Amino acid sequence: MIITSYILMIIGAIFLALGGFGVFRMPDVYNRIQAGTKATTLGAFALILGVGFAEPSWFLKIALIIVFIAITNPVGSSTLARAAYKSGVSATLLQKQKEGEDK
Amino acid sequence: MKKTISTFLVLLAIWVLLTGFNWMEVVLGAAVSLVLAIIISRFVNYSFGFGIILGLIKFIVIYIPVFIFKLVLANIDIAYRVLSPKLPINPGIVKVPTKLKSDFGKFVLANSITLTPGTLSLDVEDDEVIVHWVNVKGKTSGEHQSRISKTFEKLLGGIVK
Amino acid sequence: MIINIIVFSLVGVGVLFALIRLIAGPTAFDRVVGLDTLNIIITATVVLLALVLKNELYLDIAIVYAVLSFLETILFARFLEGRR
Repeated sequence: MIITSYILMIIGAIFLALGGFGVFRMPDVYNRIQAGTKATTLGAFALILGVGFAEPSWFLKIALIIVFIAITNPVGSSTLARAAYKSGVSATLLQKQKEGEDK
Repeated sequence: MKKTISTFLVLLAIWVLLTGFNWMEVVLGAAVSLVLAIIISRFVNYSFGFGIILGLIKFIVIYIPVFIFKLVLANIDIAYRVLSPKLPINPGIVKVPTKLKSDFGKFVLANSITLTPGTLSLDVEDDEVIVHWVNVKGKTSGEHQSRISKTFEKLLGGIVK
Repeated sequence: MIINIIVFSLVGVGVLFALIRLIAGPTAFDRVVGLDTLNIIITATVVLLALVLKNELYLDIAIVYAVLSFLETILFARFLEGRR
Protein backbone atom coordinates (compact mmCIF):
# COMPACT_ATOMS: atom_id res chain seq x y z
CA MET A 1 0.00 0.00 0.00
CA ILE A 2 2.63 2.53 1.07
CA ILE A 3 4.91 1.43 -1.81
CA THR A 4 2.10 2.13 -4.32
CA SER A 5 1.66 5.55 -2.80
CA TYR A 6 5.39 6.34 -3.10
CA ILE A 7 5.52 5.20 -6.73
CA LEU A 8 2.45 7.27 -7.62
CA MET A 9 3.89 10.31 -5.87
CA ILE A 10 7.22 10.08 -7.72
CA ILE A 11 5.47 9.61 -11.10
CA GLY A 12 3.27 12.62 -10.36
CA ALA A 13 6.23 14.80 -9.39
CA ILE A 14 8.08 13.80 -12.59
CA PHE A 15 5.09 14.80 -14.72
CA LEU A 16 4.68 18.09 -12.84
CA ALA A 17 8.35 18.90 -13.53
CA LEU A 18 7.85 17.93 -17.20
CA GLY A 19 4.84 20.26 -17.39
CA GLY A 20 6.86 23.19 -16.12
CA PHE A 21 9.72 22.31 -18.47
CA GLY A 22 7.32 22.02 -21.43
CA VAL A 23 5.88 25.46 -20.73
CA PHE A 24 9.44 26.78 -20.69
CA ARG A 25 10.62 25.02 -23.85
CA MET A 26 7.77 25.08 -26.43
CA PRO A 27 7.91 27.73 -29.18
CA ASP A 28 4.42 29.33 -29.31
CA VAL A 29 1.35 29.97 -27.15
CA TYR A 30 -0.81 26.99 -28.21
CA ASN A 31 1.99 24.45 -27.83
CA ARG A 32 2.80 25.88 -24.40
CA ILE A 33 -0.84 25.49 -23.36
CA GLN A 34 -0.83 21.88 -24.58
CA ALA A 35 2.34 20.90 -22.76
CA GLY A 36 1.30 22.72 -19.59
CA THR A 37 -2.23 21.34 -19.38
CA LYS A 38 -1.69 17.67 -20.19
CA ALA A 39 1.43 16.97 -18.20
CA THR A 40 0.29 18.87 -15.11
CA THR A 41 -3.18 17.27 -15.16
CA LEU A 42 -1.80 13.73 -15.08
CA GLY A 43 0.92 14.78 -12.64
CA ALA A 44 -1.61 16.28 -10.22
CA PHE A 45 -3.85 13.17 -10.54
CA ALA A 46 -0.99 10.82 -9.71
CA LEU A 47 0.39 12.91 -6.83
CA ILE A 48 -3.03 13.40 -5.21
CA LEU A 49 -3.91 9.71 -5.66
CA GLY A 50 -0.61 8.84 -4.00
CA VAL A 51 -1.57 10.95 -0.98
CA GLY A 52 -4.98 9.20 -1.01
CA PHE A 53 -3.29 5.78 -0.88
CA ALA A 54 -1.13 6.87 2.04
CA GLU A 55 -4.12 8.16 4.08
CA PRO A 56 -7.23 6.14 3.05
CA SER A 57 -9.52 8.00 5.49
CA TRP A 58 -9.25 11.19 3.39
CA PHE A 59 -10.80 9.39 0.42
CA LEU A 60 -13.87 11.63 -0.13
CA LYS A 61 -12.03 14.95 -0.24
CA ILE A 62 -9.27 13.49 -2.43
CA ALA A 63 -11.92 12.28 -4.89
CA LEU A 64 -13.55 15.72 -4.87
CA ILE A 65 -10.25 17.46 -5.65
CA ILE A 66 -9.47 15.01 -8.49
CA VAL A 67 -12.92 15.42 -10.09
CA PHE A 68 -12.67 19.18 -9.75
CA ILE A 69 -9.25 19.33 -11.43
CA ALA A 70 -10.43 16.96 -14.19
CA ILE A 71 -13.33 19.27 -15.00
CA THR A 72 -11.82 22.73 -14.58
CA ASN A 73 -8.28 22.35 -15.91
CA PRO A 74 -9.19 21.62 -19.57
CA VAL A 75 -11.91 24.28 -19.43
CA GLY A 76 -9.45 26.89 -18.20
CA SER A 77 -6.87 26.17 -20.88
CA SER A 78 -9.52 25.97 -23.62
CA THR A 79 -10.79 29.39 -22.60
CA LEU A 80 -7.28 30.76 -22.68
CA ALA A 81 -6.58 29.19 -26.09
CA ARG A 82 -9.88 30.58 -27.39
CA ALA A 83 -8.92 34.06 -26.22
CA ALA A 84 -5.58 33.74 -28.04
CA TYR A 85 -7.36 32.45 -31.18
CA LYS A 86 -9.91 35.28 -31.17
CA SER A 87 -7.28 37.96 -30.73
CA GLY A 88 -5.48 36.66 -33.78
CA VAL A 89 -2.47 34.72 -32.55
CA SER A 90 -1.98 32.28 -35.42
CA ALA A 91 -0.06 29.05 -34.92
CA THR A 92 0.98 28.51 -38.53
CA LEU A 93 1.94 32.16 -38.95
CA LEU A 94 4.22 32.01 -35.93
CA GLN A 95 5.79 28.82 -37.25
CA LYS A 96 6.48 30.38 -40.68
CA GLN A 97 7.94 33.49 -39.07
CA LYS A 98 10.25 31.31 -37.03
CA GLU A 99 11.40 29.40 -40.12
CA GLY A 100 12.00 32.67 -41.93
CA GLU A 101 14.20 33.89 -39.09
CA ASP A 102 16.18 30.67 -39.09
CA LYS A 103 17.15 30.97 -42.79
CA MET B 1 -40.14 22.47 -9.52
CA LYS B 2 -37.99 19.83 -11.19
CA LYS B 3 -35.16 22.33 -11.47
CA THR B 4 -35.39 23.15 -7.75
CA ILE B 5 -35.17 19.48 -6.74
CA SER B 6 -32.24 18.82 -9.10
CA THR B 7 -30.34 21.85 -7.77
CA PHE B 8 -31.10 20.79 -4.19
CA LEU B 9 -29.69 17.28 -4.76
CA VAL B 10 -26.52 18.59 -6.43
CA LEU B 11 -25.88 21.10 -3.63
CA LEU B 12 -26.50 18.49 -0.91
CA ALA B 13 -24.10 16.05 -2.62
CA ILE B 14 -21.38 18.71 -2.72
CA TRP B 15 -22.02 19.56 0.96
CA VAL B 16 -21.73 15.92 2.05
CA LEU B 17 -18.54 15.48 0.03
CA LEU B 18 -17.01 18.56 1.65
CA THR B 19 -17.96 17.97 5.28
CA GLY B 20 -18.02 14.19 5.61
CA PHE B 21 -20.97 12.06 6.69
CA ASN B 22 -22.40 13.13 10.06
CA TRP B 23 -26.13 13.43 10.89
CA MET B 24 -25.96 16.97 12.33
CA GLU B 25 -23.98 18.21 9.33
CA VAL B 26 -26.38 16.56 6.86
CA VAL B 27 -29.45 18.19 8.46
CA LEU B 28 -27.80 21.63 8.48
CA GLY B 29 -26.63 21.11 4.88
CA ALA B 30 -30.13 20.11 3.78
CA ALA B 31 -31.55 23.33 5.26
CA VAL B 32 -28.90 25.52 3.59
CA SER B 33 -29.24 23.67 0.26
CA LEU B 34 -33.04 24.08 0.31
CA VAL B 35 -32.83 27.86 0.77
CA LEU B 36 -30.09 28.19 -1.88
CA ALA B 37 -31.96 25.91 -4.32
CA ILE B 38 -35.13 28.00 -4.06
CA ILE B 39 -33.14 31.19 -4.68
CA ILE B 40 -30.91 30.10 -7.58
CA SER B 41 -33.15 27.56 -9.36
CA ARG B 42 -34.52 30.20 -11.74
CA PHE B 43 -31.00 30.89 -13.08
CA VAL B 44 -30.04 27.29 -13.94
CA ASN B 45 -31.20 25.50 -17.06
CA TYR B 46 -30.83 21.81 -16.37
CA SER B 47 -32.93 19.14 -14.70
CA PHE B 48 -32.74 15.37 -14.47
CA GLY B 49 -34.93 12.39 -13.68
CA PHE B 50 -34.16 8.84 -12.62
CA GLY B 51 -32.55 8.11 -16.00
CA ILE B 52 -29.44 9.98 -14.91
CA ILE B 53 -28.39 7.23 -12.49
CA LEU B 54 -28.18 4.69 -15.33
CA GLY B 55 -26.43 7.25 -17.52
CA LEU B 56 -23.92 8.00 -14.79
CA ILE B 57 -23.10 4.31 -14.26
CA LYS B 58 -22.66 3.83 -18.02
CA PHE B 59 -20.48 6.95 -18.13
CA ILE B 60 -18.20 5.72 -15.34
CA VAL B 61 -17.89 2.11 -16.53
CA ILE B 62 -17.50 2.67 -20.30
CA TYR B 63 -16.07 6.15 -20.73
CA ILE B 64 -13.64 6.75 -17.84
CA PRO B 65 -11.22 3.80 -18.55
CA VAL B 66 -10.83 4.80 -22.21
CA PHE B 67 -10.32 8.39 -21.10
CA ILE B 68 -7.60 7.53 -18.58
CA PHE B 69 -5.81 5.28 -21.10
CA LYS B 70 -5.82 8.12 -23.66
CA LEU B 71 -4.61 10.59 -21.01
CA VAL B 72 -1.59 8.42 -20.18
CA LEU B 73 -0.83 8.04 -23.93
CA ALA B 74 -1.09 11.83 -24.35
CA ASN B 75 1.39 12.38 -21.56
CA ILE B 76 3.94 9.93 -22.93
CA ASP B 77 3.56 11.68 -26.31
CA ILE B 78 4.03 15.16 -24.84
CA ALA B 79 6.96 13.99 -22.71
CA TYR B 80 8.66 12.60 -25.82
CA ARG B 81 8.11 15.85 -27.73
CA VAL B 82 9.35 18.04 -24.87
CA LEU B 83 12.43 15.98 -24.05
CA SER B 84 13.69 15.17 -27.55
CA PRO B 85 16.24 17.82 -28.55
CA LYS B 86 14.86 18.56 -32.05
CA LEU B 87 11.25 19.41 -30.96
CA PRO B 88 9.36 17.27 -33.56
CA ILE B 89 6.26 19.45 -33.98
CA ASN B 90 4.21 20.55 -37.01
CA PRO B 91 1.40 22.66 -35.56
CA GLY B 92 -1.78 23.82 -37.27
CA ILE B 93 -5.46 24.61 -36.71
CA VAL B 94 -8.16 22.27 -38.12
CA LYS B 95 -11.97 22.08 -37.94
CA VAL B 96 -13.63 18.82 -36.88
CA PRO B 97 -17.38 18.19 -37.42
CA THR B 98 -19.37 16.56 -34.62
CA LYS B 99 -22.75 14.83 -34.43
CA LEU B 100 -23.43 15.48 -30.73
CA LYS B 101 -26.33 17.87 -30.11
CA SER B 102 -26.59 18.63 -26.37
CA ASP B 103 -24.41 21.17 -24.59
CA PHE B 104 -23.19 18.61 -22.07
CA GLY B 105 -22.15 16.21 -24.85
CA LYS B 106 -20.17 18.94 -26.61
CA PHE B 107 -18.58 19.96 -23.31
CA VAL B 108 -17.39 16.42 -22.57
CA LEU B 109 -16.17 15.99 -26.16
CA ALA B 110 -14.19 19.24 -26.05
CA ASN B 111 -12.65 18.32 -22.69
CA SER B 112 -11.69 14.89 -24.02
CA ILE B 113 -10.12 16.39 -27.14
CA THR B 114 -8.07 18.70 -24.93
CA LEU B 115 -6.70 15.85 -22.86
CA THR B 116 -5.90 13.37 -25.67
CA PRO B 117 -2.61 13.14 -27.59
CA GLY B 118 -1.49 16.31 -29.29
CA THR B 119 -4.81 18.13 -29.63
CA LEU B 120 -6.35 21.18 -27.92
CA SER B 121 -9.93 22.34 -28.54
CA LEU B 122 -10.13 26.08 -29.10
CA ASP B 123 -13.81 26.81 -29.72
CA VAL B 124 -17.17 25.17 -30.48
CA GLU B 125 -19.21 26.66 -33.33
CA ASP B 126 -22.65 25.14 -33.98
CA ASP B 127 -21.55 21.62 -34.94
CA GLU B 128 -17.82 22.10 -35.49
CA VAL B 129 -15.01 21.95 -32.99
CA ILE B 130 -11.95 24.08 -33.80
CA VAL B 131 -8.86 22.10 -32.80
CA HIS B 132 -5.21 23.02 -32.52
CA TRP B 133 -3.04 20.04 -33.40
CA VAL B 134 0.66 19.70 -32.61
CA ASN B 135 1.43 17.29 -35.43
CA VAL B 136 -1.02 17.68 -38.35
CA LYS B 137 -1.54 14.60 -40.52
CA GLY B 138 -3.99 14.19 -43.41
CA LYS B 139 -5.77 16.71 -45.62
CA THR B 140 -9.61 16.46 -45.45
CA SER B 141 -11.78 17.12 -42.40
CA GLY B 142 -13.12 13.53 -42.46
CA GLU B 143 -9.57 12.26 -42.17
CA HIS B 144 -8.93 14.66 -39.29
CA GLN B 145 -12.09 13.49 -37.55
CA SER B 146 -11.16 9.82 -37.84
CA ARG B 147 -7.80 10.58 -36.23
CA ILE B 148 -8.99 12.91 -33.47
CA SER B 149 -12.47 12.23 -32.18
CA LYS B 150 -13.92 9.05 -33.69
CA THR B 151 -13.61 6.84 -30.59
CA PHE B 152 -15.09 9.46 -28.28
CA GLU B 153 -17.96 10.24 -30.68
CA LYS B 154 -18.86 6.57 -30.83
CA LEU B 155 -18.67 6.11 -27.05
CA LEU B 156 -20.50 9.32 -26.17
CA GLY B 157 -23.20 8.80 -28.80
CA GLY B 158 -24.58 5.88 -26.77
CA ILE B 159 -24.55 7.79 -23.46
CA VAL B 160 -25.51 11.44 -24.03
CA LYS B 161 -27.24 12.96 -27.04
CA MET C 1 12.52 11.16 4.74
CA ILE C 2 14.28 10.60 1.44
CA ILE C 3 11.04 10.24 -0.55
CA ASN C 4 9.85 13.70 0.48
CA ILE C 5 13.14 15.26 -0.59
CA ILE C 6 12.94 13.61 -4.05
CA VAL C 7 9.31 14.60 -4.61
CA PHE C 8 9.75 18.16 -3.39
CA SER C 9 12.85 18.77 -5.50
CA LEU C 10 11.11 17.49 -8.66
CA VAL C 11 8.12 19.74 -7.96
CA GLY C 12 10.55 22.60 -7.36
CA VAL C 13 12.05 22.11 -10.84
CA GLY C 14 8.55 22.45 -12.33
CA VAL C 15 7.83 25.58 -10.29
CA LEU C 16 11.15 27.11 -11.36
CA PHE C 17 10.55 26.67 -15.11
CA ALA C 18 6.92 27.86 -14.88
CA LEU C 19 8.13 30.90 -12.96
CA ILE C 20 10.73 31.68 -15.65
CA ARG C 21 7.97 31.56 -18.27
CA LEU C 22 5.80 33.79 -16.06
CA ILE C 23 8.53 36.43 -15.82
CA ALA C 24 10.06 36.18 -19.32
CA GLY C 25 7.00 35.43 -21.50
CA PRO C 26 6.99 37.64 -24.61
CA THR C 27 3.19 38.20 -24.68
CA ALA C 28 0.52 38.40 -21.98
CA PHE C 29 -0.86 34.98 -23.03
CA ASP C 30 2.48 33.32 -22.28
CA ARG C 31 2.48 34.82 -18.82
CA VAL C 32 -1.04 33.56 -18.12
CA VAL C 33 -0.08 30.07 -19.34
CA GLY C 34 2.84 30.09 -16.92
CA LEU C 35 0.55 31.25 -14.11
CA ASP C 36 -2.01 28.52 -14.87
CA THR C 37 0.66 25.80 -14.80
CA LEU C 38 2.08 27.23 -11.57
CA ASN C 39 -1.38 27.15 -9.96
CA ILE C 40 -1.97 23.46 -10.69
CA ILE C 41 1.49 22.55 -9.41
CA ILE C 42 0.84 24.50 -6.20
CA THR C 43 -2.55 22.80 -5.69
CA ALA C 44 -0.89 19.38 -5.88
CA THR C 45 1.87 20.57 -3.55
CA VAL C 46 -0.64 21.74 -0.92
CA VAL C 47 -2.23 18.26 -0.96
CA LEU C 48 1.24 16.81 -0.48
CA LEU C 49 1.82 19.17 2.47
CA ALA C 50 -1.33 17.74 4.09
CA LEU C 51 0.37 14.33 4.06
CA VAL C 52 3.75 15.59 5.25
CA LEU C 53 2.33 17.68 8.12
CA LYS C 54 -0.44 15.12 8.97
CA ASN C 55 -3.15 17.78 8.96
CA GLU C 56 -6.44 17.34 7.11
CA LEU C 57 -7.10 21.10 7.06
CA TYR C 58 -4.70 21.51 4.12
CA LEU C 59 -7.12 19.56 1.88
CA ASP C 60 -9.70 22.33 2.35
CA ILE C 61 -7.03 24.89 1.49
CA ALA C 62 -6.25 22.92 -1.69
CA ILE C 63 -9.95 22.89 -2.71
CA VAL C 64 -10.30 26.65 -2.19
CA TYR C 65 -7.03 27.29 -4.02
CA ALA C 66 -8.19 25.18 -6.98
CA VAL C 67 -11.48 27.10 -7.19
CA LEU C 68 -9.74 30.48 -6.99
CA SER C 69 -7.07 29.58 -9.56
CA PHE C 70 -9.74 28.41 -12.01
CA LEU C 71 -11.62 31.70 -11.63
CA GLU C 72 -8.35 33.59 -12.06
CA THR C 73 -7.54 31.84 -15.35
CA ILE C 74 -11.07 32.40 -16.71
CA LEU C 75 -10.95 36.07 -15.65
CA PHE C 76 -7.58 36.72 -17.32
CA ALA C 77 -8.69 34.93 -20.50
CA ARG C 78 -11.90 36.99 -20.70
CA PHE C 79 -9.98 40.20 -20.06
CA LEU C 80 -7.39 39.49 -22.77
CA GLU C 81 -10.10 38.39 -25.21
CA GLY C 82 -12.06 41.61 -24.73
CA ARG C 83 -8.97 43.81 -25.04
CA ARG C 84 -7.93 42.71 -28.56
